[in-house]
Amino acid sequence: MRTLPEPFAGWFAARGWTPRPHQLALLDAATRGEHVLLLAPTGGGKTLAGFLPSLLDLARTPREGLHTLYVSPLKALAVDIARNLTAPVADMALPIRIETRTGDTPANRRARQRETPPQMLLTTPESLTLLLSLPDAPAFFGGLRAIIVDEAHALAGTKRGDQLALCMSRLAALAPGARRVGLSATVAHPQALRAWLSPTARPDDVRLVETKGGAAPVFDLQLPEGRLPWGGHMGLASAPEIYRRVADARLTIVFVNTRAQAELVFAALWRLNEDALPIGMHHGSLEIGLRRKVEAAMAEGRLRAVVATASLDLGIDWGDVDQVIQVGAPKGVSRLLQRVGRANHRMDEPSRAVLVPANRFEVVECVAATEAVQAGELDGEAPRPGGLDVLAQHVLAMACCAPFHPDALFAEVTRAGAYAALTRRDFDDVVRFVEDGGYALQAYDRFRKLFRDAEGMVHVRGTAVARQLRMNLGTIVETPLLKVRLRGGGVVGEVEEWFVSTLEPGDCFLFGGQVLKYERIEPAAVIVSRGGDGEPRVPVYAGARMPLTTHLAARVRAILSDPRRWKHLPEPVQEWLRLQRLKSELPPRDGLLVETFPRGGKWFLVAYTFEGRLAHQTLGMLVTKRMDRMGLGPLGYVGTDYVLCIWSAFEPRDIDTLFAEDILGDEMEEWLADSSMLRRTFRNIATIAGLLEKNHPGAEKSGRQMTMNSDLIYDVLRRHQPDHILLRATRAEAAQGLTDVARIAALLARVKGRIRHRVLDRVSPLAVPALIEEGREWVAGGAQDALLAEAAALVADATDGAEHFAETLAEVTDTLPVRGTSVARDRRRSKWRRAAPKMVTG
Amino acid sequence: MAPRGAEDGDRLMAAAPIHIAGERLMLDPSGVLHWPARRLLCVADLHLEKGSAFAARGQLLPPYDTRETLARLLPVLRLYAPRRIVFLGDSFHDAAGCTRLAAADRAALVQALAGIEVTWIAGNHDPAPPIGLPGTAVDDLCDGPLTFRHIPVPRAVGEVAGHLHPRATAPTRAGAVARPCFVSDGRRVLLPAFGAYTGGLDTADPAIAGLFPRGGRAFLLGGQRLYSFPLAPRRSSVAMKVESHGGAGALPLLAGIKLRNG
Repeated sequence: MRTLPEPFAGWFAARGWTPRPHQLALLDAATRGEHVLLLAPTGGGKTLAGFLPSLLDLARTPREGLHTLYVSPLKALAVDIARNLTAPVADMALPIRIETRTGDTPANRRARQRETPPQMLLTTPESLTLLLSLPDAPAFFGGLRAIIVDEAHALAGTKRGDQLALCMSRLAALAPGARRVGLSATVAHPQALRAWLSPTARPDDVRLVETKGGAAPVFDLQLPEGRLPWGGHMGLASAPEIYRRVADARLTIVFVNTRAQAELVFAALWRLNEDALPIGMHHGSLEIGLRRKVEAAMAEGRLRAVVATASLDLGIDWGDVDQVIQVGAPKGVSRLLQRVGRANHRMDEPSRAVLVPANRFEVVECVAATEAVQAGELDGEAPRPGGLDVLAQHVLAMACCAPFHPDALFAEVTRAGAYAALTRRDFDDVVRFVEDGGYALQAYDRFRKLFRDAEGMVHVRGTAVARQLRMNLGTIVETPLLKVRLRGGGVVGEVEEWFVSTLEPGDCFLFGGQVLKYERIEPAAVIVSRGGDGEPRVPVYAGARMPLTTHLAARVRAILSDPRRWKHLPEPVQEWLRLQRLKSELPPRDGLLVETFPRGGKWFLVAYTFEGRLAHQTLGMLVTKRMDRMGLGPLGYVGTDYVLCIWSAFEPRDIDTLFAEDILGDEMEEWLADSSMLRRTFRNIATIAGLLEKNHPGAEKSGRQMTMNSDLIYDVLRRHQPDHILLRATRAEAAQGLTDVARIAALLARVKGRIRHRVLDRVSPLAVPALIEEGREWVAGGAQDALLAEAAALVADATDGAEHFAETLAEVTDTLPVRGTSVARDRRRSKWRRAAPKMVTG
Repeated sequence: MAPRGAEDGDRLMAAAPIHIAGERLMLDPSGVLHWPARRLLCVADLHLEKGSAFAARGQLLPPYDTRETLARLLPVLRLYAPRRIVFLGDSFHDAAGCTRLAAADRAALVQALAGIEVTWIAGNHDPAPPIGLPGTAVDDLCDGPLTFRHIPVPRAVGEVAGHLHPRATAPTRAGAVARPCFVSDGRRVLLPAFGAYTGGLDTADPAIAGLFPRGGRAFLLGGQRLYSFPLAPRRSSVAMKVESHGGAGALPLLAGIKLRNG
């Protein structure tokens, strides 16, 4: 066994540690000056492996100036790593200063850091961009020797990852000798991650060091007592069993899939908590101070369980977790492994995990995920190409640092793996966008932000532009949020603005484990008080649910189609599938089963597509558009993770045409142009690219105003310059999988000519979950006029066309619900049904 | 977004009549008001050159808003061929806005206004009369029983006003739909903002709801027609109403256009 030089050898020995093979491998790589990507499961001393070469180097040859830059996706992680590193550095009396720099760093410390940089700086992609936009960046980073990217798998392929990739390209220009070290969980696409990390965009220029996990995790499947639920995703029926397992373990993390589920599971556990076990909750909308308290309590062993969302997926270990319970379907194999890895952080012992499916389909999904883990298979998408909006922000940041020549910047940018395929045309258009908006109508000559000198160098015009940039840096565009403040007390967290807009004073909702009563809204805060009567609502957050991964979907399909593989399924599920085989048939492994049956005066179509909820929502929109063209009178649809269910006025026939590949043509164009998804994408892109501001010097705009403006701008720009760079970026991003269009295309190609259509006289066993699923979609934007006409007609019926409004209001008010989400109660009126087919078209 | 695009050339749009102070006024789904007896057309809050106003402070919004707004306005002008047009204030986004008009846009506007009596009512964004455009500038305009002014005055009768950019949210079975709207209670009418870059203020906002203490009606703009919904009176009056019914059951739901902070 090789040993480390003193004082490191002594320090390791004092703890009874020996250097692990991957730690030595990273030392060797550093000696040879190689870039390296370390793939290791959690708990392998990964972070220390990343820092060890730098510590050794600085111990051997002490020096001033920035030596090692560490970038993490989480502020809290940077702060914590700094704390963990400071101990050994102090123990060994190394001449190394370690500091963090995040959005929370006070201004005086930032200024001091620029004067006398620490040897090791721990930061986030946003703060790094800001440092690189400063004119003294070349001096600050000139002596850099190492860049450590932590949780690289969580950054690559995201916009923050794009931002970091561009920053690393710049750092390579400022400090050509700097080594790159990527630390990552085990991933399905190591080659793509190497390319992302590589300074040349070539994967081979990054050495891959991989450590295999020790023992495979051990899974238990926990079903509720009594009947297995048909639908629902919360898993509350299993609360007593979860509670019993919590009571039997030392420290449990109860992972759930959404923040709403966290609130409900937490409340359910506390209702059962007769022993008053200390059970906490952790999710991304809770106030940061509260989250820190929960983390500290975990670390100190004062908690027995924490109900957590993805907010605990990443980061360092909070205490000695000996059990992980996943409530609800895991949705992906890699995600499940990451979560299971939070338990029992010693690589040589197996992690114990309990899967708690919430319904019958989720049972199959849990079994499929367990099998995939045992087979050592991972899922996850390869990183997508970098976004043009992030590039726009980077271009302006680089101009703020120093004048640049477009040729040189283009060369620098395309050395980043994420931008290796960037065309010169797109690059030039992005620069022009930053310069003067890039509009065909040259109206803004005197407002341009950049100018070019005689040598073709691009300069930034004025200090105001730089100030504006620094206030708006970053790639995270938040949904408008409102703080939740207790009357006469502190802030307990945040909810989305639209949720508040559905509340009336006096309504109560569940938040942070307590029932809060909505009192009033103040600028940027909701005022609430504790307690309240009635059934509390639960805030939900947009985009909170993870879709099923393709890989796991394929495994679920494979299990369903093959009765020989049912033996791992619990008896009620087997019986359910046997019944399905009897009443209809099983979804085939590669083809597509479509069932149609009448029910309640409507026709239902259920397609067993297994492509995840997002893809199903898009597919539902496209298929209903086609059904409408075919005169089938589609009324609505719902997409679950497993199936798409559509109901219509007339019997669906010619199923092959409904699921033909060409629905991605005309219907797609029509849908895309006006979809709220594209508007949302445009809003994010326009904000990141700097067209819309999150903050303006002197006047902060509310998130709501931004939403409104971006829609108006989108409409005007689409009409007058449809090929504008931001619209191109919007369409590209939408096509890249945010809409899951690729999954739909693959599905339609796969099932072509292999669609099994079964006409049934009633609902089949497998279709039941879809019929009771919440979150139905009625129609898209295009049908709004028809809906308005319908609603107005309803009101007119009630008022008998009276022009004296006030007098008839009492009656009118009985007809329409307050929440404005649905007039479903009145849908039984026959005139509605007759009108319905038109509604879907608008 | 209301599909009130420039290419709505077929003009199958149906205007809705309302009566204010005994005068019959037509509300056009494009967002303009027509007074047939006077052949008078009224349009509010164009906010022309809003894009370039933002560009001047560093935000380079697409410079097509004026072009877009005019593309919506000119067909309406041709359709009604009014004797008089009243711009109800905030016609330009800022006082210098008219100086930034692109030559082509200016020419199109001047040509369209030829032969029409033009009245520019002063708005808070454009208190000074526009330079280089035909017409007279006034603070407000009285014509018969009607008063045209930019900012509505509490308790006014026979008033046509803009300024507030009313927008209402209607409940439908597929969720709420928000649209710019006219608001009227038979005493006054508020016009929606016409400009391409103008947002909206929900009718439940006290600034609007306060003007209609007895409730009123919102006319939401649609592609071909208006969609009309009762606007609930202020809560206190609803509560009184319920008591007068004397019902023993639960309070009827407050509805119509939902109260919303928007």
